[in-house]
Amino acid sequence: MAEENAGIIVGRRDSWLKRVWRFYVEGFKGMTIGRTLWAVILIKLFVMFFILKLFFFPNLLNTNYDTDAERAEAVRTNLTK
Amino acid sequence: MNELMTTVDWSRWQFALTAIYHWLFVPLTLGLSVIVAVMESIWLKKRTEKWLACTKFWMTIFGINFAIGVATGIILEFEFGTNWSNYSWFVGDIFGAPLAIEGLLAFFLEATFGAVMFFGWGKVSPKFHLASTWLTTIGASISALWILVANAWMQYPVGMEFDPDQMRNVMDNFWALFSGIAVNKFFHAVFSGWALAGVFVIGVSCWFLLKKRNEDFAIRSIKVGGWVGLMGMLLTMYTGDGSAVEVARHQPMKLAAMEGLYKGQQGQGIVAVGLVNPEKTWDNAEDEYLFKIEIPYGLSILANHDMNSFVPGIADIVNGVSVNAEGDTINTVSYPERMERGKAAIAALREYGLAKEAGDEAAKAESLQRFEKDYPYFGYGYFDKVEEAIPPVGVTFYTFRIMVILGSYFLLFLLVALIMAYRKRSTIVKTKWLQWVAICSVPFMWICSEAGWAVAEVGRQPWTVQDLLPTKAAISAIPAGSVILTFWIFAAVFTILLIAELSIMMRFIGHESKQNLELDKANRK
Repeated sequence: MAEENAGIIVGRRDSWLKRVWRFYVEGFKGMTIGRTLWAVILIKLFVMFFILKLFFFPNLLNTNYDTDAERAEAVRTNLTK
Repeated sequence: MNELMTTVDWSRWQFALTAIYHWLFVPLTLGLSVIVAVMESIWLKKRTEKWLACTKFWMTIFGINFAIGVATGIILEFEFGTNWSNYSWFVGDIFGAPLAIEGLLAFFLEATFGAVMFFGWGKVSPKFHLASTWLTTIGASISALWILVANAWMQYPVGMEFDPDQMRNVMDNFWALFSGIAVNKFFHAVFSGWALAGVFVIGVSCWFLLKKRNEDFAIRSIKVGGWVGLMGMLLTMYTGDGSAVEVARHQPMKLAAMEGLYKGQQGQGIVAVGLVNPEKTWDNAEDEYLFKIEIPYGLSILANHDMNSFVPGIADIVNGVSVNAEGDTINTVSYPERMERGKAAIAALREYGLAKEAGDEAAKAESLQRFEKDYPYFGYGYFDKVEEAIPPVGVTFYTFRIMVILGSYFLLFLLVALIMAYRKRSTIVKTKWLQWVAICSVPFMWICSEAGWAVAEVGRQPWTVQDLLPTKAAISAIPAGSVILTFWIFAAVFTILLIAELSIMMRFIGHESKQNLELDKANRK
């Protein structure tokens, strides 16, 4: 019962940062099915952010114009032509 | 124009594809998290191992779905910046603020408490673990809140003022974003997730029963899934009714398209089943339906909770007859006039820009005055024909009926499954037909859910922001070819993800079904 009320059960001398770090590391290490999932997640995020976002989905206004004033005028031109 | 329409069409298809795939994962996350939290609460109260095993099984299924689905919504934001750059600038901080809050809250709640939920077994106290599970559940729903608040604003833009210098809408009342449309939309979507997850849990559990494996575990799961699902479905119907009233008040054209109604009347009936006439247009004399079975007074009751109230049809609205926020019939501005005034607003905005460039303050003030007068109809100025301002009637009509008919079926299904689960143990174990029905019903629950999304989004076409910005103006000047290419890349990536999810999930379910699910994993050997 004492353990149950103690919150995270780790060495008391460790800093909270270390405890949180160890909590995540042990959690990931203890995964079984989670490893396949993490592989899928990492591949997915790589495809999304390093392939799709970089090569196929630029933010057009941010890429083509330097300031908000220029972006506003570009949109005005687009919307009123 | 052809190239533009191809880009618009492909961009719309791409957005629809991304949203459809995203919505495959989201409702299950929203609903399964509640079911898991309820199961864990029961475990904390009873402290029996079988409830712990039950919680962990469904938590893993939740984890698989969450992991595969997470970040698929980010793609929608990529598309805003590339395909819909005029839109993403025009909506300004109205759209950005809720999405930013969503991102922060989702990250904080889900990353922190989700980690405790998955990794914290035996490391934190049971009470803290349960609190983390509920906070993850609440976090998922709060994420949905901000997304749906942003979506509702697009359907009913309030709480902002357009700044012609910045060329974007500026929020002037944050709380106005929580309109009746937003509130109903949020609860409707979240509760539909409960119903979907309930049907999913019952379907998987019935597979266990069919295979004669872990029958007690399956019955336990059916009871919790059934209760959450039933509550979800009843509340979905209640909020759906609220949504219909809001749509009638603020998007009467959408309601008319949902019903395929061109000429409305007092005491308007609703078509329960029917076929719309594809030859019918707002200004010809063709019949509205090829065949129909109508419930008298149904639409008037649905729209206004008054069986004798007037519900306008498409032709009525085009001709300037509509209803106001109180549900009263009013004469408003006809679509041809809206188109004229929209064009005047666009011209005034252009002249404002020229006056600003020339530093002519008097001309600026004069054009601003003209612009503000006609701004409520700004978006209509992009149309050359009235037809362009009318949503696709067929898709809206049929998807509405698919949603309602399947929703009604699932209400009955959840009720029957629950009753069977509470009868003698042998009843549900031996009722093979129910087990097969439950398994086969699972994909139809997703069809029901996606149909609801289609009603909301197709029914509001052609608008990205109601009355202010149609899709054809919201689009970026990009070649159609690049959109077509990315459409197929998305189709491939998301299909692979879906196959991965189904395969991991089915492998896990198959493996676990052979274990003793009355015991916690640690005690099985």
